[in-house]
Amino acid sequence: MSKPARTRSVALVIAWRGIHNVFTNPALVLPSVLSPLFFFVAFAGGLSGVQNVPQFDFPTGYSAFQFAFVTLQAAAFGGVFTGFSIASDYELGFARRLMLAAPNRGGIVIGYVIVALVRAIFVLSVVFIVALISGMNVDGSLSNMLSLLALALAVSATATLWSAGIALRLRTIQAGPIMQMPVFILLFLAPVYVPLPLVAGWVHDVATINPLTALLEAARGSLAGDPTKVATTTVCLAGMFALSVIWARGGMRSAERAG
Amino acid sequence: MAHVLRQPALLATPILFPLILLAINASGLSAATALPGFPATSYLDFALAIPFMQGALFATLNGGQDLARDIQSGFLDRLALTPMTGGALLAGQLGGALFMGVVSAVLYLVVGILFGVGIASGVGGALVLLVLAITISFAFACFGTFVGLRAGSGEAVQGFFPLFFVLLFLSSAFFPRDLIEHDWFRTVATYNPVSYMVEGLRSLVISGWDGQALAQAFGISAIAIVCFLSLSVRALRTRLVRT
Repeated sequence: MSKPARTRSVALVIAWRGIHNVFTNPALVLPSVLSPLFFFVAFAGGLSGVQNVPQFDFPTGYSAFQFAFVTLQAAAFGGVFTGFSIASDYELGFARRLMLAAPNRGGIVIGYVIVALVRAIFVLSVVFIVALISGMNVDGSLSNMLSLLALALAVSATATLWSAGIALRLRTIQAGPIMQMPVFILLFLAPVYVPLPLVAGWVHDVATINPLTALLEAARGSLAGDPTKVATTTVCLAGMFALSVIWARGGMRSAERAG
Repeated sequence: MAHVLRQPALLATPILFPLILLAINASGLSAATALPGFPATSYLDFALAIPFMQGALFATLNGGQDLARDIQSGFLDRLALTPMTGGALLAGQLGGALFMGVVSAVLYLVVGILFGVGIASGVGGALVLLVLAITISFAFACFGTFVGLRAGSGEAVQGFFPLFFVLLFLSSAFFPRDLIEHDWFRTVATYNPVSYMVEGLRSLVISGWDGQALAQAFGISAIAIVCFLSLSVRALRTRLVRT
């Protein structure tokens, strides 16, 4: 069997197991769905008055403005939750047996990334349907929506690789906050509630250089049918993805050394 | 208390996390103060009540989780064999949560003042703010203790934690009730007791002495304490009979 074929077979087995675990265990799937739904309801419902602030310029509406954030948040946290699964597999000893059995260990991480992507597609579909039912306006075309989905999946894959890097190094579920907190803070240091020009103080300075700001503005552009910062977003995503691949590979080496 | 002091990480999350969110929200939502009718000129002043509430939510965890762990590990069973009374156990447990409430409330107030928050009700108001924050924290700790005793599982206590975050986000914590545009959200916020706790704390910071807001906040907290403390006592009695 060739190397790509071995990698594929390992990845697909891991993916199938992970997907089966997620969708047959309500304790795993419910928080993934409820968390973004809750953020959407709380922010789009409670803070919509913010759109009346002078210079708030997003004609598609505050629900769509917040849906972009919720999309990125759901995608990123889907990846982080998958990192929890990897850590849990190590804690229970399952992952060690997996590493002995797998002819290609890179396939293990790819399998977990597939799990995160499937999870993200499911969660985003549910949140999108709920948002549409609740009256969210979408001005973007089908191709804009597909761009938004691609953006979300890239974020999910990057977050999974970031979390995998930590899970593979620390191999305990207690590492959960280390996976979660940086992602959470990075997300909230983007212009979450208002467009960047209306953000004040030090958060404005941080948001200006935060790569997630470009991603968030691109997501909002897709919903508004007005592609925004496409080149910057592509470069940011490619850079973050490449770094997270290196990070995850280093994690796998660390796990291999640990035996 | 000793358990918390031995593990500084237990102090870090409930104290640092609300402060980080406060710093982010104060900048991210500062534009909201430009809205006609917004009750404060600085969003930091408006939002200072939020970390007090988040600190109280963490008190729920502290109150219940240690107790649940003691039940799960069998420590409570061994305690039941000693002459120690149930009341002493509860008092000790809630004392630890109360200590956390005091430490975090003082810290939030000091950080707020250092970053320029003006307390409209003056020094006396700042003291009442601390008392109210600690009372709210104690009310949530009583609830956490009840869940911990009833369920006997740390996971169950953890499970209630997001529910309280939902209550906080579906309240008037982040936006004044009369400026909330969606009717359904304003209705939920009006029936949500957390709104009145937040508004009581906030009134001392942004509008001075507001008897009605304070009475509502203290009243709701007192009712919660009486209810959940009684339920905790009953749950402990049942738990000790089972052992």
